[in-house]
Amino acid sequence: MTTTTDHAVDIDKHVRIYITVFVALMVLTIVTVAISYLHLPVHLAVTVALLVATVKGSLVACYFMHLISEKKLIYAVLLLTLAFFIALLALPTLTHSNGFWIHETVQPAASSPGTGH
Amino acid sequence: MEIPYTVEVRRDTGLTNGKIGIWLFLASEVMLFGALFASYILIRTGAPSWPRGDTILNVPLATFNTIVLIASSVTMVMAWASLMRNRFGTFRIYMGATILLGLVFLIVKYFEYGAKFEHNLYPSTNNFLAIYFTLTGLHMLHVFGGMVVNAYFWGPGSKLWKTNPTWFTQRVEHSGLFWHFVDLVWIFLFPTLYLL
Repeated sequence: MTTTTDHAVDIDKHVRIYITVFVALMVLTIVTVAISYLHLPVHLAVTVALLVATVKGSLVACYFMHLISEKKLIYAVLLLTLAFFIALLALPTLTHSNGFWIHETVQPAASSPGTGH
Repeated sequence: MEIPYTVEVRRDTGLTNGKIGIWLFLASEVMLFGALFASYILIRTGAPSWPRGDTILNVPLATFNTIVLIASSVTMVMAWASLMRNRFGTFRIYMGATILLGLVFLIVKYFEYGAKFEHNLYPSTNNFLAIYFTLTGLHMLHVFGGMVVNAYFWGPGSKLWKTNPTWFTQRVEHSGLFWHFVDLVWIFLFPTLYLL
């Protein structure tokens, strides 16, 4: 009997957390839209928007998807996924504006062919 | 032969087949959307100019849809919590609300797409619209897929509650994980496409 009561109390606690997270997500959604009206410089706007989105995403993952108290194997799977995900996003970032692998080869019309870098 | 670890957890991992299965599937989904996000970055950084999303797209409608999807995530987790509290009637109400909110999201998106087509704005028009339609289109398919699974658990699939309530609760938890993931993707899509 004690276990059943404890279990019910536990779920009640969870439900209160869900409501709090819901309110936080709503507030952060308003914050995201409000910031966009400030017309910040692109780099700053991207940083702030992604920062807020990351906080929102973490709230969803930690509380709605119960990642705050998950088993080790799930964390291991997600850690591996995260590593590949970062690598995936790093690829285009590294090639941005004459990065490590892609170099601008188009020469002005006046220059002679074969004089690339 | 009965498949082991459908309801009872494996002692070494502490997980059921369903739980590890859905997380592995979500890991593959992260890579799927990740590839498209990477494409977005590549196309955007390589473009001589890029429009701010709000000059082409409807921000108030998308904000409304963001609220709808977050609300549906809450009703989804409440549906699961209802089963944990042994309240099947409440589960049906919350699950029904989740499906309806998903439908609202798709209807709003239908009008958004319609408005673009009316103005002759298609995926072939420019790179911004191409990546916009690809990302939101794939996301919409996920919303629809989640709705189908949730509708199954709301309707015929709920028979399992009478024979094996633990298994049914776990199944709802797993479909919930997918639904929250779809919400999570939208949380990143919304600022990326509409506000930046």
